[in-house]
Formats: sequence, structure tokens, C-alpha cells
Amino acid sequence: MKLARDTWLIFQRQTQLLLRNPVWIFVGVFQPVMYLLLFAPLLKPALNAPTQAAAYKIFVPGLLVLLAIFGGLFQGFGLIAELRAGVIERSRVTPVSRLALLLGRSLRDVVSLIAQAIIITLLALAFDLRVFIGYLLLAYLMLALIALMTSAVSYGIALKVKSEDALAPLMNTVAQPVLLLSGILLPLTFAPGWLQGVAKWNPFSWAVEGTRALFNGDLGNDRVWQGLGIIAVLAAAGVFWAARQFARSVR
Amino acid sequence: MIETRGLRKSYRSRAGRETKTVDAVRGVDLDVAAGEIFGFLGPNGAGKTTTLRMLATLIEPDGGEAAVAGADLRKDPAEVRRRIGYVAQGGSTWDESSAREELVLQARLYGIGKADAHRRAERALEAFQLVEYADRKCKTYSGGQRRRVEIALGIIHEPKIVFLDEPTTGLDPQSRAHMWDEIRRLRTEGMTVFITTHYLDEADALCDRIAIMDHGEVVAEGTPAELKREISGEVVIVGLDAPSTPRAAELLDTEAYVSKLETVDEGGLRLYVDEGATAIPQVLRRLDHAGLDLRSIELHRPSLDDVFLTKTGRSLRES
Repeated sequence: MKLARDTWLIFQRQTQLLLRNPVWIFVGVFQPVMYLLLFAPLLKPALNAPTQAAAYKIFVPGLLVLLAIFGGLFQGFGLIAELRAGVIERSRVTPVSRLALLLGRSLRDVVSLIAQAIIITLLALAFDLRVFIGYLLLAYLMLALIALMTSAVSYGIALKVKSEDALAPLMNTVAQPVLLLSGILLPLTFAPGWLQGVAKWNPFSWAVEGTRALFNGDLGNDRVWQGLGIIAVLAAAGVFWAARQFARSVR
Repeated sequence: MIETRGLRKSYRSRAGRETKTVDAVRGVDLDVAAGEIFGFLGPNGAGKTTTLRMLATLIEPDGGEAAVAGADLRKDPAEVRRRIGYVAQGGSTWDESSAREELVLQARLYGIGKADAHRRAERALEAFQLVEYADRKCKTYSGGQRRRVEIALGIIHEPKIVFLDEPTTGLDPQSRAHMWDEIRRLRTEGMTVFITTHYLDEADALCDRIAIMDHGEVVAEGTPAELKREISGEVVIVGLDAPSTPRAAELLDTEAYVSKLETVDEGGLRLYVDEGATAIPQVLRRLDHAGLDLRSIELHRPSLDDVFLTKTGRSLRES
């Protein structure tokens, strides 16, 4: 009860501050739209897809997972600014739940990611993408779990390193192999065997395959529940670890 | 209100390959009574802030015990949090939020209901003369205004004790005087105030009692007056014409309250006394009686810097 109330308080504040700064909406939507308009047209011939819509079914889920990963991983920067302003310390002397300090922030990130995802899905509909709404919601659940995990991890690391200078290269180093080994931009079915073998160890590649299956209307695909399961476990672990960073003394 | 015994904290710091243990706080015993302004005085790096942050539950002590506002710091930090307020040195407001938003949120983080939180925020804005700027973003405030918001945030839940870490550092003299008034007001409202400072005049003017800290230890504790008296007593400087000086010296040397007497070269005397306030009228009476005219009389009281010098062997200003 207290956890829910505290989480709501933090979520409310963070959301309010986010909405006050409309630049993020522009930035958050502009880039994916560019991918849709300028990159996606290459895909039909490149993937040898029968129609543009079929190419979108492969590309849009990947793009959404990409947004969830990157959107989350870079949230730590905002937290470092808050650390510097003393806002985090001010919260830590109150009896507020430490888990709520994290969850309120991460849930804000999840909600803004889902808002982004909805805008992109609507745009893709204009390009003849068709997805059954129930499957789409399941895909959004996958995205929400990914964003929850990556943003929690990003906050946890931000609390540990406490400086943008350390966080930026660290996040880029993590994000790059994760991106390349997840088959986000092009499906890994094109990859040579050894690359597919390595990618099996990347949880995000399971998530991407699961999300693609959902967009394809293939609910029976094992990758759907496997992806959801793996990401859910990792999200729980990430949240647990990051909440401990909030509870621990910050010098 | 605060009672600590042997509170300790050390950090490991790494310089190159070697790890060194730095004892930031080495066994602090403090007793702070309810309703007083207690000052923690010392140079930068003396361990003031570390001690304060331990008492405010932000750092876990390595050893020792402490009771803060009746709750055990080691066993029940959550209860301590409910009873104290803490205002950090480096600020705690968010640029893009307004004072009112910050105050309402802070009250709600302490578990206060929405309507009550708004009422409290309104009251605090009035008490700290912030009503005019209440709905502007914090980044538009002056240093003094921002500091007042931060203090208001620290006491929004009416704690028994409020910890203020260097509350006037970086403020101009006028805002500083204003801040002293605000801090005194907290005391009249029944709050115990624990402040750290490296300003001697601030400790002297504001605090009921002070502890002087140096190298992680408390080297002196008492009221500012006690501490100053303890070291050297006071000096009464009597200005006289050169011809009448020997006669005055002869007269005053036999007085019981004068512990030592020195003649000043150009004429005049330095009298070492326990308490200048009672010695001066007696000196005046004695000289008047003998028909000696005096040019001036002044009282020199030892400053807290003299205290610091005696206790640590160096001046606070140079450290």
C-alpha cells in the first residue's frame, strides 16, 4: 500500500516534469519516424519480402525493441542530474520506500516508451501493417518489460558511477553488442552459424524474435513465451538490484 | 535530543595502487539538549558533514551508538527519518519545479495526505516569505530564496530536530542575517537545530552550544562564552596619560579581581580579569575615586578563533 502510494508520487512528479519539456516528444518520435520513412523502404528488396507490409512486420517489432532498449539505457543521465541537484539525497532522508524511488522513475520511462510505440504503430498502419490487437498488446507487454529492465539497470549504474562522463561510454559499450547480436535491424536468420550461436546468449534476441512472432500473428511460436519469460526474470532482477542501489548509502 | 557515543566512520581511498584508510570521524560523543541551537564548528574536512550525514541516516556508521530524537540510529534508522529534517549543503531543489510543488511533494513523501500537504506548503511559503515566487521555477530564485525553500523543505513535516549543513555558506551578508533570524525562529517553535559551520561569528552569534571538531574528533564543547572563558579569561584595556599610569597601576594591582597587570608603553594598562563585565565598573570607580582621568576603556574578549588556536595549535582561518 505504502509502496504503491510512494511509487505513484514519484511517477506523478517525474511524468509532470517530462510533460513540461515538450522537446522529448519531438526527439522521441522524430528518430523512429526517420527509420520508418528512410530505412524501411530498403527492406522489401533487401529482405526479399513479397510486400512492403511483410517487410514492416519484420522491421517494426525490431525498431520498437530497439527503442525500448536505448530509451531505457540512457535514462540514467537524468538521474545523475538529480543526484547533483541533491534531489535524491532529499528523498533519501524521508521515510519514502526505496523501491518506490526506482519504480516511480522506471514506470514513467515505461509509459513514455509505450506512448512512443503507439505512435509508431499507428504510423506503420498507414503503411499497411496489420496486427491483431490482442497480439499487439502482448508485444507491448514485452516492450514494457524491456524498458523496465533497461531503465532500472541504467539508474542503478548511474547511482554507482555518479558521472555522465563514465555513464556515456559504458552505456554505448553495452548497447552496441546488444544491438548487433539481437537481430534488430535485420533478422539473424541471415547470419552465419557462429553468429547465430553467439546471439543465442543475448536475451534481447529472444525478445526480438518473440515480438516478431507476435506481429506475425504466430502466438503458438515458442519464442513468444520464452522471450517474455526471460525478459520478465531479467526485469525483476534489474529492479531488485537497482532498488538496492537506491537504499545503499551514497557518499 | 541527540546522544552519541563513540560514533566512527572511515573510508578507504585509493591513491594509485595503494589503498589507504581515512578515519573521517574517530569516536564522537555528543549530547544535544532539546530546544537548543547546537553548532558544529570546524575547518573543511574536519568530519562535520560526515557526522551530520551519519546522524541523518545517510551514511551508516562503522561503530558507536547514537540516539536521535529518541530513536536508535543503528537499529531503527527508519524511525529516525520520520523524526528529523535534513537540509544538505549543496542544495536540494530541482530547477524545473516550483517551490510549491517541491513542498507538497516533500510533505507527501513523509506520508502526509494531499490536502494537508497543500495546507502545510501554503503555511511554509508564508513563514519563509516565499509566497510571491511560490509558483515560479526554482531556477529563477536568488541564492537566499532558494536556501529558504530548502530549509522549508527540511521542516515541512515538523520534525523534532532539523540538521542544517552549512546553511549560510555562499550567501551575501544580508541573506545571511536573514537566515540567522529564520534559524532562531525554528528554535522558538520548539525545534532543536543542529548546524555545521566554519564561520566563527556564526557559531558565536547563533548557537547556544557548540562543539569544535578537528581531524575527526571533538576537541571542545560548551557554550561559546564558556569556551572562551575557559582559555584565557578576558582583558580590560585602560587608556591613560603616561604620567598617571604608574599611580593607576599601583592602585589596581592590589585589587582581587585583577589576576595580572601589564603596563602599555605609550601609557595605559592591560588588566587580565575573569569577567570584564563586572571588573570594568570597579576599575572606573577606583580610578574616579583617586581623581585619575582615563582616556578610554575597552574590553577584549577572546574569540572562538583563540579557542580553536588553543585546542588545535592552529588558527581556524588558516586551516
